[in-house]
Amino acid sequence: MDTRQFIQRDETCWEIKPYGNMRVPAIIYADAQLLEDMDQKVYEQLTNVATLPGIVEAAYAMPDAHWGYGFPIGGVAAFDPDQGGVVSAGGVGFDISCGVRTLHTGLNIAELQPHKQALADALYRTVPAGLGSRGRIHLNHETMHGMLTGGAKWALEQGYGEAQDLERIEEHGCMAGAEAHYVSPRARERQKDEMGTLGSGNHYLEVQRVAEIFDQAVAKTFGLHVDDVVITIHCGSRGLGHQIGTEFLKEMAMSAAQYQIVLPDRELACAPLNSPLGKKYLGAMRAGINCALANRQIITHLTRQAVATVFPGIHLGLLYDVSHNTCKLEHHMIDGQKKALYVHRKGATRAFGPGHPDLPDVFKKTGQPVLIGGSMGTSSYVLCGTQESEQRAFSSACHGAGRAMSRTQASKQWQGRTLIEELAERGIIIRSPSMRGVAEEAPSAYKDVSAVVDIADRAGLARKVARLEPVICIKG
Amino acid sequence: MNSKPIIPHWEHFEHDADIGIRGIAPTLEQAFEQAAVAMTAVVTPLELVSASKVVCIYCEAPDSELLLVSWLNELIYEMSAHGLLFNRYEVVIDNGTLSATAFGEAVDRQKHQPAVEIKGATFTELRVYQQADDAWVAQCVVDV
Repeated sequence: MDTRQFIQRDETCWEIKPYGNMRVPAIIYADAQLLEDMDQKVYEQLTNVATLPGIVEAAYAMPDAHWGYGFPIGGVAAFDPDQGGVVSAGGVGFDISCGVRTLHTGLNIAELQPHKQALADALYRTVPAGLGSRGRIHLNHETMHGMLTGGAKWALEQGYGEAQDLERIEEHGCMAGAEAHYVSPRARERQKDEMGTLGSGNHYLEVQRVAEIFDQAVAKTFGLHVDDVVITIHCGSRGLGHQIGTEFLKEMAMSAAQYQIVLPDRELACAPLNSPLGKKYLGAMRAGINCALANRQIITHLTRQAVATVFPGIHLGLLYDVSHNTCKLEHHMIDGQKKALYVHRKGATRAFGPGHPDLPDVFKKTGQPVLIGGSMGTSSYVLCGTQESEQRAFSSACHGAGRAMSRTQASKQWQGRTLIEELAERGIIIRSPSMRGVAEEAPSAYKDVSAVVDIADRAGLARKVARLEPVICIKG
Repeated sequence: MNSKPIIPHWEHFEHDADIGIRGIAPTLEQAFEQAAVAMTAVVTPLELVSASKVVCIYCEAPDSELLLVSWLNELIYEMSAHGLLFNRYEVVIDNGTLSATAFGEAVDRQKHQPAVEIKGATFTELRVYQQADDAWVAQCVVDV
């Protein structure tokens, strides 16, 4: 889009002053190139978000922002419940609490090399991926309730994982305030056989090599060294989250008039935080967050089992688990006053800085690990939260590369089989049930993740710690 | 004056992260049917799906756009909860209520090689309208 639509505040900060019904400014963190490459829809969607009741400070977009649903993907907005603030199902997205977690393996790349094919096969066999795959776990009414209220903590109690995993998950593995009774029978039905499955689209499980370290001290605290092998899992709340999103989007769209909310776009459907519908959504959405946390915990368990068949006796410790589609109650300083705000992050990662009270002791000095997934065949990044991110965008950072090309274009341009061969020449093994799925996720269909991460770093949203390169990728 | 007959058909259109589906037909009902065909084509080539199972769908909404999203989301639910793919539909719309029959079969990962799983039908680019040539258009973006 045209950069002349913005006032450039500093090297990486571009502002749209409020006009029309906007209550606050809209701010995009990017450089001129990333901004020019962004779709004009990001401008429209972000200025629409700025019109919503009770929005605080500004509507923000991260450097990876692209055209989303109501909110741009890469959008961040905080709402004050005392000022008529709202919660938006579109502002969270269909895949509630979609996120990324990274596991240490304790192996280095040289130890992995001779066993790469065997490990790829073991992971592909053990972790269900793609449409039509079913998990081995079947939830009944009671276990469903436990999962929805307990998250990764519940999964651990069922034998999936290790006690020390929990402190390395946001919310310590269990989202408080989940109200399982607001999760519909249909959402439950969609989930009962889906626990421990990756899903499809841009979701994956990747074995990666630490290729580069930017901050030695923080990397050491995070347990990362050059040539270490790590495993990263990217997935979310599966059918359950999708169904919750679908149902509340419709209900919120239909009741907007009742709450005197003027929607510039139906997809921005929302309800006042203090209304019965707003509270109902928050309760269900938090249960959705627990579903995603439990799902990634179970996949972690399956991953540990698979890796142990190739490397017996190995221990896979958790680095961290982040979610990038959420709405969470957090405390932020507004005009020198501490305020309780509901922060929507749609395709944006929480990035709490050093000293934040919600962080476990191990990350108190460094800030939280911020895990940025690349696309198949490209780099991923580990960053850390900064103190200044609090002032920049309510402690938020980007979440990935963001698509540069639509799925239709990508599948016309590439063939899955050829891509897999090309990646194999670069030493990257791909396992996927669908060749077209692989083509649609072609690395060149995404923006340059390195450019996105550089801007996040320069804008102070989060600080670069390490770059990871793919070795094996299991695609859904 | 005789105008060219409108043949029911579907197409995909582009969205940054996901994919748009569009049904075009002489009647509103057929446009809804074609939009659903377009949705299956996001997942797998239509010719790979046979019609050995029948599912009945019913939904209602205050306007035709919300009805389209509701209809597609009913199908997504059936696909997701019961592991089905559909290739043909018969839709009847009467005063804001839709009743339909969907024909399809269980997903077979070998046979269908599904490219993606559809998470939900969205309000993005959601439009239901009649063109100047009287053809009905029913479209929206689906999240994959």
